[in-house]
Amino acid sequence: MHITQGTFSYLDELNDEEISAQIQYGIDNGWAVAIEFTDEPHPRNVYWEMWGMPMFDIEHSAEGLKEVNRCRSAFPDSYVRVSLYNAALTKQTTALQFMVHRPQDEPGFRLRRQEGPNRQIRYTLEPYATDKPRGERYGRS
Amino acid sequence: MATGSDGDGQRPRWLSGVIPYKEMGYWKPDYEPRDSDILVAFRLTPQPQVDPEEAGAAVAGESSTATWTVVWTDRLTAHDNYQAKCYKVVPVPDTDPPQYIAYIAYALDLFEEGSIANLTSSIIGNVFGFKALKALRLEDMRIPREYLKTFQGPAHGIVVEREMLNKYGRPLLGATNKPKLGMSPRNYGRVVYEALRGGLDFVKDDENTNSQNFNRWRDRYLYCMEAVHRAEERTGEIKGHYLNVTAGSMEEMYERAEFAKELGSVIVMIDLTVGFTAMQSMAKWARANGMILHLHRAGHSTYTRQKNHGVNFRVLAKWCRMIGVDHIHAGTVVGKLEGDPNSIKGYYDTLREDIVPADPVKGIYFDQDWGHMPGVMPAASGGIHAGQMHQLLGYLGEDVILQFGGGTIGHPTGVSAGATANRVAVEAMIKARNEGRDYLKEGRDILKEAAKRSPELQSALDVWGDVTFEFESTDVPDVVETPTPIS
Repeated sequence: MHITQGTFSYLDELNDEEISAQIQYGIDNGWAVAIEFTDEPHPRNVYWEMWGMPMFDIEHSAEGLKEVNRCRSAFPDSYVRVSLYNAALTKQTTALQFMVHRPQDEPGFRLRRQEGPNRQIRYTLEPYATDKPRGERYGRS
Repeated sequence: MATGSDGDGQRPRWLSGVIPYKEMGYWKPDYEPRDSDILVAFRLTPQPQVDPEEAGAAVAGESSTATWTVVWTDRLTAHDNYQAKCYKVVPVPDTDPPQYIAYIAYALDLFEEGSIANLTSSIIGNVFGFKALKALRLEDMRIPREYLKTFQGPAHGIVVEREMLNKYGRPLLGATNKPKLGMSPRNYGRVVYEALRGGLDFVKDDENTNSQNFNRWRDRYLYCMEAVHRAEERTGEIKGHYLNVTAGSMEEMYERAEFAKELGSVIVMIDLTVGFTAMQSMAKWARANGMILHLHRAGHSTYTRQKNHGVNFRVLAKWCRMIGVDHIHAGTVVGKLEGDPNSIKGYYDTLREDIVPADPVKGIYFDQDWGHMPGVMPAASGGIHAGQMHQLLGYLGEDVILQFGGGTIGHPTGVSAGATANRVAVEAMIKARNEGRDYLKEGRDILKEAAKRSPELQSALDVWGDVTFEFESTDVPDVVETPTPIS
């Protein structure tokens, strides 16, 4: 399957130039740039691992792209995303988030149904990958 | 009894009988509105021979302390404080019969804390049937921060909703399930599943999808939530279906909302027809239970559409933000339903921005400072399709839910393909905008490029690419507001 979290997940994978353009859009708006990775793609897994601190004082998109590439080569079997963060009053939230890397094979999710009375069902979503321990979930590393 | 100082000196103020409202203290051209006053702009169309200042004073009087005749019991009160004051009446250019904008200030003491029912009973409760007026319209209100702070505001607001859904930087996509009447719950859920797995974020019950004999609420909720969870499994994204909990009593609405919560829905929906107090109750429930609250503005056009009479939608939008809904339908500009582009920009600003400056072009009469109250996500719904994506983004911005009902379900190769077409279109347009392209001008080219990699978008453009709805709006701002008071 192809997990469609993040903006642009319905387009072709962004190339380096396209990633830079989006980072530059954030910089031009005065937003911080953050890179995160995970091997646990549950949609409610909020806290992906941080690739260092968010880059608050970044001046050029090349710095951001460099860190994206360092993260991707360190964790080729993880999901990697870029978040642009707007700290302005009344916002103070992520302004744009998009995936820049994903594992080669994405086995997807298991939907568990716990059947209750009156045909009521409690649902639980589990990534197949998390059946395995951290580090062994997506093959290579 | 011949004492008192409020009159014009020609007639004793407190003499029993009928005197003009102007002479009872409701016309105060030298009044300096206080920061804590509620300010209101009314559009008056007086009957011939009725002095516009007297008409303004009458509206001020009847929406505050006055009755038709002098009452001595006013003298038991500090009546100056409780009287609303009409402080300015401005003619509207080129109107026949002549219209005027009357500005009226109300002291904060006149209103109960945290009650839209009280606010509206005061401001619009008594004056709209006034014989001395041919027509009356509530155009705008400035709500002071002191009063705003007595309201809950949106159960969650735009920021929290996006964090709950984990979706940022693009319009959210939705669709109203069609046909809205007649489908069984099981068939209805099929459409929900297809639309969500294809790429929409939300599907929606329609305003009258409540609990009819062909589609009872409990079964509908069960099938829709099966669809939502299946779509989450297929995409790895958080999905939702606005389960309409509108019912004949609060007890039934709470019962339905509780069931929606138990099934794992992130959102419930109500109709404007339930009334302001029921809306406030549901907003409290939604805050307490961590559920997004969608409002369908069912019935609003009965009083928002005519330019000379009723309540402008911008005022209703303001009340709804105070009441505490998270979503409200606020117009599309390019779709099939009424909506002048500048007015709609004004509605969207009112719902989303923190400081909204007065702007006659957008029809906004007063500066409004929301005091950091969270914003409401506007929903754009009715006759919109993927081929308009550049215009939708240009007019409505990214904090909006674009609801493509027909534009998803009517897709020639199926509901899921229709959903994908919309998602590809919105992501391609956001990408192009962020890259600095002139997306409004190049919109069609951007969509064509994206369609090369998306047969779903290509079919959508083939079918609907040229569909537009261009009719003149019945309600547009006067644009030029003449500052010259009549004398």
